Amino acid sequence: MSDVNTDRPLLEIKNLEKRFDLDQGFLETLKFKQGKIVRESRSVHAVNNISLEARKGEALCVVGESGCGKSTVARLVAGLLTPSAGEIHYGGQRIDNLSRAGMQPLRKKIQMIFQNPYASLNPRMTIRQALEEPVRHHYPNASAAEVRDKVTEVMLSVGVDPSWAKRYPHEFSGGQRQRIAIARALTVDPEFIIADEPISALDVSIQAQVLNLMLEAKESRGLTYLFITHDLSVVEHFGTRVAVLYLGSVCEVADTRTLFSSPKHPYTRALLSAVPQLKDDRPNHIRLKGEIPTPINLPTGCPFQSRCAFADTRCKSEKPKAIHQPDGSMVACHAVEEDRLDAVAAG
Amino acid sequence: MSLLSVRDLTVKFAMRDQTVTALNGISFDLAKGERLGIVGESGAGKSITGFSLMNLLSRPGYIDTGKILFEGEDVVQMSDKRLRNLRGNRMAMIFQDPMVTLNPVLTIGQQMIETLMAHRKLSHEEARQIAIVKLREVYIPSPEERLEQYPHELSGGMRQRIIIAIALLLDPQLIIADEPTTALDVTIQADIMELMLELCQSNQVGLILITHDLGVVSQMTERTLVMYAGRIIEAGRTREIINDPQHPYTQGLINALPQQTVPGQRLKQIPGNMPGLASIPEGCAFNPRCKYATDLCRSRIPEIVHYGEVDVACHEVQRLNSDEDRQEARA
Repeated sequence: MSDVNTDRPLLEIKNLEKRFDLDQGFLETLKFKQGKIVRESRSVHAVNNISLEARKGEALCVVGESGCGKSTVARLVAGLLTPSAGEIHYGGQRIDNLSRAGMQPLRKKIQMIFQNPYASLNPRMTIRQALEEPVRHHYPNASAAEVRDKVTEVMLSVGVDPSWAKRYPHEFSGGQRQRIAIARALTVDPEFIIADEPISALDVSIQAQVLNLMLEAKESRGLTYLFITHDLSVVEHFGTRVAVLYLGSVCEVADTRTLFSSPKHPYTRALLSAVPQLKDDRPNHIRLKGEIPTPINLPTGCPFQSRCAFADTRCKSEKPKAIHQPDGSMVACHAVEEDRLDAVAAG
Repeated sequence: MSLLSVRDLTVKFAMRDQTVTALNGISFDLAKGERLGIVGESGAGKSITGFSLMNLLSRPGYIDTGKILFEGEDVVQMSDKRLRNLRGNRMAMIFQDPMVTLNPVLTIGQQMIETLMAHRKLSHEEARQIAIVKLREVYIPSPEERLEQYPHELSGGMRQRIIIAIALLLDPQLIIADEPTTALDVTIQADIMELMLELCQSNQVGLILITHDLGVVSQMTERTLVMYAGRIIEAGRTREIINDPQHPYTQGLINALPQQTVPGQRLKQIPGNMPGLASIPEGCAFNPRCKYATDLCRSRIPEIVHYGEVDVACHEVQRLNSDEDRQEARA
């Protein structure tokens, strides 16, 4: 990608929004309220005004708990969902409004790896068929021998034994299947990989194998990753930059090292403190009040206010904007902006 | 006398064309009020161990040999009637997915009251009062209202709290928790763990915590068993096992965690996969994945021996300890 200006991020997400309508039919939207029939449709606000960037060679991690919208972001970027508002730019080109045909060349550049390798491989295709399919699709002029060579080369590079080619997915373990799924993504020489919880379904010793494989692919192929996960220890290891999501909004974006050494947003701090530590005897677990509210009727103001120990009247009425911090991170929190956090902690 | 004493427990599964051994000679003890962790990867046999303790295995699985002495009485030999009295009453189990454990068509109240009235001679109102007290113990807000709700109306964390309340309903001596927090988010997991720890300590309830997460084991338990391919390969105090593991598999498992490596560097992976039950290698089951394996490892199954502060099943544990990499890793 020498033709792209290196100053510009490879991926730019601007004010992205995604709502899923719950009441779809006309009749479903009719509600009976105070003696009257009114039309009202509810929607899930999965992603609210998110802006992110990923530079070439970066591994941008998106973390958060279930329901925070991280998988929706991945699917929007991959073009599997259409945004309700906002823009996605890839390599300087706007991609969120492209037609199917217009998206074709990008599908080769942007590949996705899913969480569940049991569901992402077609059970009725042999490994060879599964791996050859994307190559044939994107390189229709390639000869059978070329396709075969390409697939064999990729199989070797990710530790998939070419002698497995005739077997079916059910004959493999979860870790092996995830390798095959990664191989499938790499056969078309992508530049950008969207990985949605790629190791969550795997055992610890297998997680390390797959994570190493992804790191190797990053170095040898110069890949850029959008890595979606809930596991903070993986983020610390794999990510170059991290975005923390809560209820569809970005709380904090920072370089990995900055985020782990000086987390700023109260939610980031609580999330980091909740990870079970191997060697510390007594964790300084910051206990959050309550649980994540539903994204159907979002509270006005800061989405985190209902569980935040620092919430005040401003947090209840005004949604905080992401503000640049001296160390380069972006934090969306009134308490951080007003410097209330550490004042309380110190007092 | 220990609360639970398992001796040489062997569990087999009779398949159509062969019989496989899922647990092979498991022995361990649990003192009253003690918290024990069982760790291992999928296929290690940790969940089967949990099921066997309550004699809950169903065909094709069966307990082949061994004893499970609970308060001196052998669970394996118990009549169905005795077992009904044991389960839920003196021994309770918590599973991974609360949505599967709770009956979706009964209210929380019905499920709790039914359990209480099945085991105790109580009126409906008395049972209801006990249910409310137990819900309060697990910090469920407005428990009277919760009793009228159905499981789908509650969040995942709330459901798991209710499962814990149900497990505690009859004041059991032992709780077996099989991956109780795996389906939950980290902040909720931390809450549930704190709650379980608090309840076990204040009521002197024994806990067997089955998990793949070494961090959870480290924070919740006093002793740990590490399982691999149906055998216990290392056992000892949790602190010792986390800080100074002796078995190469335990070492590998801990070293494979991202926290153990400088960010961006390659993780220290264990090569290969856990063997399937039908194809457990000869000798030490871990030998094809072990860099210290010798001919002895490939031919003879290692006995559990006491080494240093822990019990470990490894032929090469002494050589391993003088290994330079290992010295370095520890330093």
